[in-house]
Amino acid sequence: MIEDTIVTENVKSRLAGVLLPPGIGPFGGITAPVSDPAARTRRNGRKLCGDLDEAIRRSGLKNGMTVSFHHAFREGDKTINTVMERLAVLGFRDLTLAASSLLSCNAPLIEHIRSGVIRKIYTSGMRGKLAEAISHGLMAEPIHIHSHGGRVHLMDCGELAVDVAFLGVSTADEFGNANGVSGRSHCGSLGYAMVDAARAAQVVLITEEIVAFPNAPASIRQDQVDLVVAIGEIGDPSKIAVGAARMTSNPRELLIARLAADVIEHSGWFEDGFSLQTGSGASATATTRFLETRMVRKGIKAGFALGGITGGIVELHQKGLIGKIFDTQSFDAVAAESLRTVATHYEISTNSYANPSSKGAYCDRVDLVILSALEIDLDFNVNVITGSDGVMRGASGGHSDVAAGANLPIVVAPLIRSRIPTVVRRVTTVVTPGDTIGVLVTDHGIAVNPNRPEIAARLKAAGLPVTTIEDLYQRAIALTGEPEPIAFQDRIVGLIRYRDGSVIDVVRQVKA
Amino acid sequence: MRIMREALAGTLESSDLMVRIAPRAEGLEIVLQSEVIHQFGIQIEKVVRETLARLDVVDALVVIEDKGALDCVIKARVQTAVLRATVAPGDALSPRRIADAPVDWSALS
Repeated sequence: MIEDTIVTENVKSRLAGVLLPPGIGPFGGITAPVSDPAARTRRNGRKLCGDLDEAIRRSGLKNGMTVSFHHAFREGDKTINTVMERLAVLGFRDLTLAASSLLSCNAPLIEHIRSGVIRKIYTSGMRGKLAEAISHGLMAEPIHIHSHGGRVHLMDCGELAVDVAFLGVSTADEFGNANGVSGRSHCGSLGYAMVDAARAAQVVLITEEIVAFPNAPASIRQDQVDLVVAIGEIGDPSKIAVGAARMTSNPRELLIARLAADVIEHSGWFEDGFSLQTGSGASATATTRFLETRMVRKGIKAGFALGGITGGIVELHQKGLIGKIFDTQSFDAVAAESLRTVATHYEISTNSYANPSSKGAYCDRVDLVILSALEIDLDFNVNVITGSDGVMRGASGGHSDVAAGANLPIVVAPLIRSRIPTVVRRVTTVVTPGDTIGVLVTDHGIAVNPNRPEIAARLKAAGLPVTTIEDLYQRAIALTGEPEPIAFQDRIVGLIRYRDGSVIDVVRQVKA
Repeated sequence: MRIMREALAGTLESSDLMVRIAPRAEGLEIVLQSEVIHQFGIQIEKVVRETLARLDVVDALVVIEDKGALDCVIKARVQTAVLRATVAPGDALSPRRIADAPVDWSALS
């Protein structure tokens, strides 16, 4: 303090008679910017909290504010439920929950909605009991379903302003450098969390392990993080795997996968340096295997693969058939390990992955993408959120983002699932507009969107079983019969937000 | 045909159904559970009733647990359950006996 006084006296004499521009003050001593006096003695450890309650208290969270989470642990996530449980115990109310997505494991949130802790939800999707309860009218306010890119857009345009982000990370140092590739419970890419870390007013890292400074690589950096707290468990990585790395032996899925690989081969984009994204479904994963032989035969390599990354993509990368991987979510342990160890496997945020209002999104540079569908209709509109019974049971994910960006979006789906037709007259809920879908591949043939006649011509020339979507619909109905329409109430339980923030459809409450 | 005893046909695998049929004093009672009941409940019951009528089954309790089976599967499972149920009780001590027991296949034509 004495030194500060000497210095400031010195500065005062130097500045004597100087008229500073408005708003600019004289130097006030080196300790002046630090508002918390105690922090001067423990500057480096100042972010560390003893427990979750302290972190919540210091974050300044208040009733009615917005809290955010990422879902990279998928069904293994423990952070969302643990933090929301604490917030409930501490008596918080009317919170907006903004999770990048919610899954079956989040069923305990039902209680917090009922008791008024959670008033509003933004998410990419929902499954299980939580999704059923909300579909049956649990919430007073409709839930907002956004795409991965659309979530970032909603944040950047101000609608979704996150007050406190609680981000589960496998390791962090006391200064807030964190990643998802080291430590006991590693999920791989922190693509979703990177977005919240860059935008939330308060960023709280919830970690299983505090490691020595400096932790590297730092997917989330010290200059973004306010608080760090260690808890017992943030998530179970063994429950992440959605598209099991093993090859499916289901003949129908293999048939669809082979047809999809045929479509890619003859699409016009199957040239050296092409780029691709495949989802996590069995057919999508199997497609990568069928692609391998076609790439080797033609002597070409892919420039990059994008998206949620599976072991199948990693395998092609290891064989030198894919140049670089850009990973916004690691779908299995193989992908997470590759991200940790392989230099040309890069972690990207969902902002650079798919945000339509970012200054550049990878999804706009991808040639071919394989997407799934619960339903697809005669206009090629795709539903990936509601089941045929009208209950929400899926996620928007990157579906509409990549469909809008890619040169050729390919939807793969069985024509019928048990007795439920996949090709329908009118989808229950539109998530991805049909204009952006290029090709539908089913086990009963291929339909090309009439707005892509050049693709139809190429596939027909290659001898592929190309028909019309109307024909596929008639075949489906011939097998299953015409389904009775689902009975909905008027009440709206969900708003489907397109990636630009607009509302593309609504989900109504199902009749009990 | 007269339902003489309780019989089962089918499985609980996806796209299949389990049919349980039992004797009933008078009339048909059909208990239908289905994963797709909202979309196809009416159609499933119609197929079950048509199949029973073709076999001339008028008194029976039929309990169906459907896992999204197509009409052809529903028809086949109901037929099988009926034929198994029309074997006299004393004849059906073992699977082999059931297989060997006289079945009125002409009822299917």
